[in-house]
Amino acid sequence: MSLFVLHVSLTFGLLLAAAAAGVVGLRRQGASDVVYGLSALAAAGGAGFAVVHGFLGESPAALALPGGLPGVGIRLRIDSLSLVFLVVVNAVAALVSLYAVGYGRHEHPGRVLALYPLFLIGMNVVLIADDAFTFLIGWEFMSLASWGMVAARHEDPEARRAAHLYLLMACGGAFALLFAFGVLAGHAGDYAFAAIRARTLTGWMPELALVLILIGTGSKAGLVPLHVWLPLAHPAAPSHVSALMSGVMTKVAIYGTIRLVFDLMPTPQWYWALPFLFAGISTALIGLLQALVERDLKRLLAFSTIENIGIIYVALGLAVAFTATHLAAPAAVALTAALFHVANHAVMKSLMFCGAGAVLHAAHSKDLEKLGGLFNRMPATGALMLIGAAAISALPPLNGFASEWMVFQAILASPALPVEGLRFLVPAVGAVLALVAALAAACFVRAYGIAFLGRPRSPEAAAAHEVDRVSLAAMALMAGLCIAGGVLAPLVVEALRPATLQLVNAGLPAQAGPVPLTLTPFDGTRSTYNGFMIAVFLLVSSFLASWGVHRIATRATRRAPAWDCGFPDASPATQYTASSLGQPIRRVFGPIALRVRQQIAMPPPGSTAPAEFRLSMTDPVWSLFYVPLARLVELLSWQFNILQFLTIRRYLTLMFAALVLLLVVVVLWR
Amino acid sequence: MGDFAFDLAHLLSGLMVVVSMVLLYQDRLTAMLNVFAAHAMLLGAAVGWQAEVQGAGHLWITAGIAFVFKGIVIPAALHAMVRRLGIHREIETVVGVGPTLIAALALTALAVLVVMPATEYANPLAREDLAFALAVVLLGLLMMITRRNAVSQIVGFMSLENGLILAAAGAKGMPLVVEVSVAFSVLIAFIVFGVFVFRIRERFDTVDIGTLERYRGEQQDGA
Repeated sequence: MSLFVLHVSLTFGLLLAAAAAGVVGLRRQGASDVVYGLSALAAAGGAGFAVVHGFLGESPAALALPGGLPGVGIRLRIDSLSLVFLVVVNAVAALVSLYAVGYGRHEHPGRVLALYPLFLIGMNVVLIADDAFTFLIGWEFMSLASWGMVAARHEDPEARRAAHLYLLMACGGAFALLFAFGVLAGHAGDYAFAAIRARTLTGWMPELALVLILIGTGSKAGLVPLHVWLPLAHPAAPSHVSALMSGVMTKVAIYGTIRLVFDLMPTPQWYWALPFLFAGISTALIGLLQALVERDLKRLLAFSTIENIGIIYVALGLAVAFTATHLAAPAAVALTAALFHVANHAVMKSLMFCGAGAVLHAAHSKDLEKLGGLFNRMPATGALMLIGAAAISALPPLNGFASEWMVFQAILASPALPVEGLRFLVPAVGAVLALVAALAAACFVRAYGIAFLGRPRSPEAAAAHEVDRVSLAAMALMAGLCIAGGVLAPLVVEALRPATLQLVNAGLPAQAGPVPLTLTPFDGTRSTYNGFMIAVFLLVSSFLASWGVHRIATRATRRAPAWDCGFPDASPATQYTASSLGQPIRRVFGPIALRVRQQIAMPPPGSTAPAEFRLSMTDPVWSLFYVPLARLVELLSWQFNILQFLTIRRYLTLMFAALVLLLVVVVLWR
Repeated sequence: MGDFAFDLAHLLSGLMVVVSMVLLYQDRLTAMLNVFAAHAMLLGAAVGWQAEVQGAGHLWITAGIAFVFKGIVIPAALHAMVRRLGIHREIETVVGVGPTLIAALALTALAVLVVMPATEYANPLAREDLAFALAVVLLGLLMMITRRNAVSQIVGFMSLENGLILAAAGAKGMPLVVEVSVAFSVLIAFIVFGVFVFRIRERFDTVDIGTLERYRGEQQDGA
């Protein structure tokens, strides 16, 4: 209890101090060091306290503060689920803040400074809230602060548009959440989580609540079709903020889903898994396909975030299905996989965004077509980004592989499901997920290869230089976490057990196989994975291979072959470009999934103008969903516009009619 | 509480509803103002009876305010206003008297239906009072929307406010300060309305608020 008080007061105190410093130092040199330093300290403290909580087994700890809704107050509580997310969010936030200490010096920080700590406060409040009011306050704090940071470069019309769209989606999502809490709390109106948990929902109320929850939290996480703001807003913010929004804020949204669906809602039905599975798998596929053809490095990363959110929601859907059908062990595997992937994606996406920020700073561009050859110019960033790209492409022995492997293990457990439909659906989802996993590797081969390998495609890229040491140190720590998460996967999974025990009443078996550090989702008779052994094998074999190559290779001078390694022409334009590398995917999926339009404009005969190749891609969700929605809103506003020009007496009549109508409803309803 | 106390309270508040209906029936401004004076005096009597029954001294003050101000001063001022404007003959109704009265009956029934089940365990006196008070409020609103003349809208508003005070007097333990502030706000509203009516008259040579409608939003439209 007292630990919790200390935790809350210290973390929030430091963050508030950082925000105050941000306000005071808006136009001063060196303010960013103070703000980001304090933020890093606070976040590290938050993560540390959470770890101590976990070790002492003191959870759940609760705290009630005065204020808030009358009768409810501000209730804070830490349980195993909050602990997991507190560690993930704060650890990553601490590293990103450390990165920002270096990065913020040359990134024009101004408006971002005061909002950055507030953003962290909002996320932390959501994670420890124990009543709907506090939860929503934290949620909105998070939304508004991040909106302010997206809008920080308001001179750019693109950023303004992104911020506007983000604000709209955030409002819609918050409304959905508000109604979800309303449905969950019922007309008893007690919004404390304990009271909501104790309530039983009847009729179609649980399903309504589920849909509202998925809309509310999914819009923040980037679930299709509510993802359209994400690829615009995340890259529009400064890179360290993009890292937090993509790596951490989406995870807070997932925390919302888990808290509401697994903790506050009654025991699920099997068909509740369907929206999770369908939305998750389409999110994964659509996000990845867009990432595969995207030219902008940061936007590519944002699309990849959408893809990973999809994977996590698929795992959550599996957990729902298994819980509903009382298959405890697979449910624990699915939920562990989801939580594990949450942690992994938070780390690797933050690493990638920080790397993208370094690239943007060094080469003054995030357009892949203007990058190239950066590995020679910024070797440390290049090496760290390589680790991140390998992790996010789910290559062993890194962390991305471990969690995605666990998702597949949960999918392979689907034949045990007693529902015929799910037995067919889940393997199909698994097949698409396998496609996504393969394409993700292709996506990051393209992104990394174009940006870091080959020759520079612009003078700026040719003049790129390594970034500062603080940023590099932060990125190195994140890369270290990527490796550790893969190699020490069983330890991470052990740490997640209290959370799965709390939510689905089951945990993974003890991770003590015959070989140490073996990840065993089920008992030892089924498949296991040992990232440590793979890491050792890879190290040894690559060492042996390089030793062998050096040993066997001749030291004699060699003459270059006539074909010049495929680059007979000195122009960098002869290389593969980002667009050309993505072209096969565009061919296959383009017409349907991406609405690709290709146009070749030939100049008229005799003209010396160049021929032009124009390529346009739009997200089909826009034309299918948002354009009709916008038309409807416009139509309705025109219709309601009449109300603006009524006479005084008609306004009175309207009010009178509303009053009488309500009274009639009161009479009839009873 | 004796049967007589209940009956008299019932009678007085019931009479207020009837007078509200009579208000709706009037087609001359002077007559309407007289009926309104009767309405307010009835309110004074009803509140006074409540003061007697409940033994609440401060309600006598409310009753006094209602009787003197709303029953005598305000109607007299309105009479003067009507005379100065020379509009004592006019009343432009929007809906005919017949449909208005049918609507009024329906509203009264609605008020009873709403209040009766909702206050099952309340003091029967307060119950009846509340039902009638709601009816008076609804009829006042009805009057405001079925009349065009600004003066009759003022009267509608004031009769609505009478209903509010009737409801407040029926509930035990209503502090005086609320009534005083309500009375004060009505006085302010009366002054504002009065000034407003004269301004309208100065500008447009009529107090038919329909005339105002043409003069809205013209700056924006540039008409």
